[in-house]
Amino acid sequence: MENTIISSRNFNAYFGNVHAVKNVNIDIPKNNVVAVMGPSGCGKTTFLRCINRLHELTPGATSNGKMLLNNEDVYELSPILVRFKIGMVFQRPNPFPNLSIYDNVIAGYKLNGIKLQKKERDQIVESSLTKAALWNEVKDTLHKKGTFLSGGQQQRLCIARAIAMEPEVLLLDEPTSALDPISTASIEALLYELKKNYTLVLVTHNMQQAARVSDRTAFFYLGELAEYNVTKEMFTNPKDKRTQNYITGRFS
Amino acid sequence: MKSSLKIRSAKSKAFEILIIVFAFLITVPLLAIIYFVLKTGISKISWNFLTNIPKPVGEIGGGIANALLGSILIVAVAAVIAVPFGILCGIYLSENKNSRIARWSRLAVDVLQGTPSIVIGIVIYFWIVKPSGTFSAISGSVALAIMMLPIVIRSTEETLKLIPATLHEAGFALGLPYHKVILRIIVPCGISGILSGVILSVARIAGETAPLLFTAFGNPYISANVLRPMQSLPLLIFNYATSPYDEWHDLAWGASLILLIWVLLLNIGTKLITSKWKIQL
Repeated sequence: MENTIISSRNFNAYFGNVHAVKNVNIDIPKNNVVAVMGPSGCGKTTFLRCINRLHELTPGATSNGKMLLNNEDVYELSPILVRFKIGMVFQRPNPFPNLSIYDNVIAGYKLNGIKLQKKERDQIVESSLTKAALWNEVKDTLHKKGTFLSGGQQQRLCIARAIAMEPEVLLLDEPTSALDPISTASIEALLYELKKNYTLVLVTHNMQQAARVSDRTAFFYLGELAEYNVTKEMFTNPKDKRTQNYITGRFS
Repeated sequence: MKSSLKIRSAKSKAFEILIIVFAFLITVPLLAIIYFVLKTGISKISWNFLTNIPKPVGEIGGGIANALLGSILIVAVAAVIAVPFGILCGIYLSENKNSRIARWSRLAVDVLQGTPSIVIGIVIYFWIVKPSGTFSAISGSVALAIMMLPIVIRSTEETLKLIPATLHEAGFALGLPYHKVILRIIVPCGISGILSGVILSVARIAGETAPLLFTAFGNPYISANVLRPMQSLPLLIFNYATSPYDEWHDLAWGASLILLIWVLLLNIGTKLITSKWKIQL
């Protein structure tokens, strides 16, 4: 594909003896939202965590195959460098409870010891929070702890923290599953905005969400990539029997 | 029917009263000790008591300056040895809950916690005092450090265990190396628990006498040389309270009160730190 940013080749991931991700080949184009969906335990989250090499931190977890970011194998780069280029937002909002909202946003710089001028810091904080659609709500309380915010605001703070590092790709692991419908709607709207500047990979087990926000959808089933296609195409005309069954809710 | 209901509610009431009584009773020994030590010791305490060394038998006055300074020095050196050691060990145990090293090390910590202090004292005597040929404050500090370790390790471990794994991942996902995830995120989030463990352990060892008997040994004069024998509050109390002289008994009572105040203040400090510095997870 022309402007592919991430691609995996014959990628496998294991937890001890359990084969969680089986021989996955996928190409993710730049500035797209790619939804990764499938039933629980299908390996979608594991696959996502392999992209920024978080998977290997679990004791007993291994992987093999190629995972390319701009044609460079991330498993041959330093994991620290990989995670600078690929940001991540988790299922449950996890702002650092010991830091203020302001410090949470620049945590990637501050905790890594990257020196910034005060002006640069202010600018990064404002632009990241603006992009995360949180600036107007918190601009007067930047010195307060991030954990005082509501769940949806915390999740947007985590998005701001991730995009403050100017990553090329943003991984989102069911970012709205712990949130109410209103917060979910605001985060979905935000994803639409974010794809202008970033490539988003969104794990979700919510089909409506995949249909609403993504350009392409990957359907995982029992560790395999069962189908990968343009979202509209996949939801209207699924090619794989398993996808068909899942989308129509006829699963046995 | 009605009468049995009455009996049941009466039993219920009786049980409720019983547990309230016991909850109250537990405060009695402490209050009694504080009252008694305060009553006997308060009249002995004065500025001179804190700044003078003991006078020879037969002379009126004298103080506990040598023991106070000695206690502070010995405990401070013990803390300098035990705190970094204990915190690092506690970090390992909370990070690696099920590794083989963790299981053995946790068992060792438990046994160490139950080891009689006099045993630790005599072992240090053979390890440090005998080879070096002299009683010394530093050998006392080592003995006390060994007693502090289990408390510091356990409180660090228990505190850090409660910090959700998602915070580790949040740190890693930002490209932080392992040591920065631990030192800049995990430890700061648990700092109130770690600090209160440290302070409690200092309070706990401040009154230890047995490990100091044949290590720090005691010294009737002011000394700040950790390589020589040094006086400490519990040693002074032990030696002077068992002496036949009334003036020395007075010194022992005054020193007991000082030691009691020290421990009370540290405990109150712990409570303040836990409530003030607590980080809402």
